[in-house]
Amino acid sequence: MGATAVTATPKSEPAATDADIVLRGVTKRFGDLTAVDALDLSIPRGSFFALLGPSGCGKTTTLRMIGGFEDPTEGTVLLGGQDVTDLPPFKRDVNTVFQSYALFPHLDVQRNVAFGLERRKLSKHAVRERVAQVLELTQLTGMEKRKPNQLSGGQQQRVALARALVNRPRALLLDEPLGALDLRLRRQLQIELKRIQTDVGLTFVHVTHDQEEAMTLADEIAVMSEGRIEQRGSATDLYETPRTQFVANFLGLSNLIDARLTGRDPRYATYETHDGATVRAPSELARDGAVRLGVRPEKLEILTEQPEGMNVLRGRVEVAAFLGVSLQYVVRTPGGEELTVIEQNRAGANGGTVGPGRDVLLAWRPEHPFVVDKETEHAG
Amino acid sequence: MKRPVRDWLLGLWSVAALVYLFIPIVVVAAFSFNDPAGRFNLEWAGFTLEHWQRPFAVEGLGTAFRNSLLIAAISTALAVLLGTFMALALVRYRFVGRGPTDFFVFLPLATPEVVLGAALLGLFITMGVATGFVTVVIAHTMFNVAYVVVTIKARLQGMDTHLEEAAADLGANEWTAFRKVTLPLIAPGLAAAALLSFALSVDDFVITNFTAGQTSTFPLFIYGAARQGVPPQVNVLATILLLAVLGLMALNVLAQRRRARADGAAVEPARIAVQPGLAQ
Repeated sequence: MGATAVTATPKSEPAATDADIVLRGVTKRFGDLTAVDALDLSIPRGSFFALLGPSGCGKTTTLRMIGGFEDPTEGTVLLGGQDVTDLPPFKRDVNTVFQSYALFPHLDVQRNVAFGLERRKLSKHAVRERVAQVLELTQLTGMEKRKPNQLSGGQQQRVALARALVNRPRALLLDEPLGALDLRLRRQLQIELKRIQTDVGLTFVHVTHDQEEAMTLADEIAVMSEGRIEQRGSATDLYETPRTQFVANFLGLSNLIDARLTGRDPRYATYETHDGATVRAPSELARDGAVRLGVRPEKLEILTEQPEGMNVLRGRVEVAAFLGVSLQYVVRTPGGEELTVIEQNRAGANGGTVGPGRDVLLAWRPEHPFVVDKETEHAG
Repeated sequence: MKRPVRDWLLGLWSVAALVYLFIPIVVVAAFSFNDPAGRFNLEWAGFTLEHWQRPFAVEGLGTAFRNSLLIAAISTALAVLLGTFMALALVRYRFVGRGPTDFFVFLPLATPEVVLGAALLGLFITMGVATGFVTVVIAHTMFNVAYVVVTIKARLQGMDTHLEEAAADLGANEWTAFRKVTLPLIAPGLAAAALLSFALSVDDFVITNFTAGQTSTFPLFIYGAARQGVPPQVNVLATILLLAVLGLMALNVLAQRRRARADGAAVEPARIAVQPGLAQ
């Protein structure tokens, strides 16, 4: 990755006073491996923040440094403005929901959830009251006397959440909290998690490799790769205007076409693709040098007649697949790129599909493409 | 072969194997009620409860028995204490010398007892330490530590390391986390290790013989007595020991079962192979 890597969008960078969690130049090395590389991150108070990335990108290590389970090799960690870099986990005002839940197997639900409060020497009465409250919030009332292995996966996950929430920490750290659950339960708990975060108004830092989960839950997402933040922003920002090839490919599908900037006016910049076609993209995204124009598959239309005011590429249909709700085409351009097109199934069975071998025009509106620097492919 | 025939033969075979295993023990227990005619308690001469009423009537037997129990208790306590922390260090931390320690802790298990005993005696003599009660305790602690480390390590390795992190996360310092989370979870392993250590110590003859000096223990006494005929009181004490160990093992199994039921899931049964093989 080049020096042009974008670490954060300036407009979403909050003032330091709003930030609950601040990481400054944090690096973590395990022997020769750099897991987290000079990371700067500030997470605003009360937000649902997701660290998204493939396994091994450093997202869990980052979370563990916030929680105090790993010492940064370099840099500082601040919680609410206080430097906690050298504080052990039990002196940090954050709580973690572990991927394995890490429920204490010898204690029942009540005692598991009360564990944090008991360490703070609260009165028995206060402990009982707060545990009951949080069990209600997480819909676990009636489960007090169960042991963890008498609970289903989803219930265990809720106990882990309750056990962390009951302490009313400054922030809740969630390490792939839904990773062990099946898809249906995961979707259901995502909604619940979002509801609980809205209810309690705590800062949630959520680590996940599931882009859909991050997009569903988070107010703001930081996409990580190889120990660095590639891009940070809302789900819409990241999807509509990814700034690196990695982000473009990690969040959803992207068609990337090699191109070169040839001119710009206030509204649109003009590019020439490597097979000679001229296309336009929003002017504010204009970049010099070797770039790639990206366009999402659902933004492409397959046409047979030249449209007005749209970007157009010629191509031949290679594959046409009927997926029920949509139709998916792979179209090969004369330049050799294979572009994916997803078309809503509006026409139904009578509309017919554009079969393989047909020459078509691919069109998309000039405000839709995004521009990324061309980079050599790396693992993602 | 037809299924019923096969099952029947298998049953017969099992019974035969069990009889083979238990006959010596049954004989030992039965002869504690014998009223021998001469010095040798080898032929059945008549039933009596006399030896059960006065088990310590033979001179020196009481002291030897008491020494054995005391040595077992002290060496077990020391071994469990040392071994638990050694196992924790070996499983939880990466430090210089961890690999060799992990290996060498097994050595007492692999070395023939007679070699260990002779080596220890040599060491004590070289260092000018008079052999006796204390040296036996040192020797027993040494080989018991190995068993404790092995047992506790297995338990710790099966434990999610995130549990201790979770305790720390919830505000427990290292000591509280150990007391509230680690200790309760390794407790069954501790109990098994302690039982095993105690049994091994009471049972040990070879190493004890080298390191005991003038101190007598139960196995040493029996060995000495065997030449002039083992008094029936030995059978009485052996039977008592056997029953005590059986009782403790039964308690352990019951406790595990109850826990398993309370947890609603299968908990591995105590992996404990106590073979006291007393006074045979």
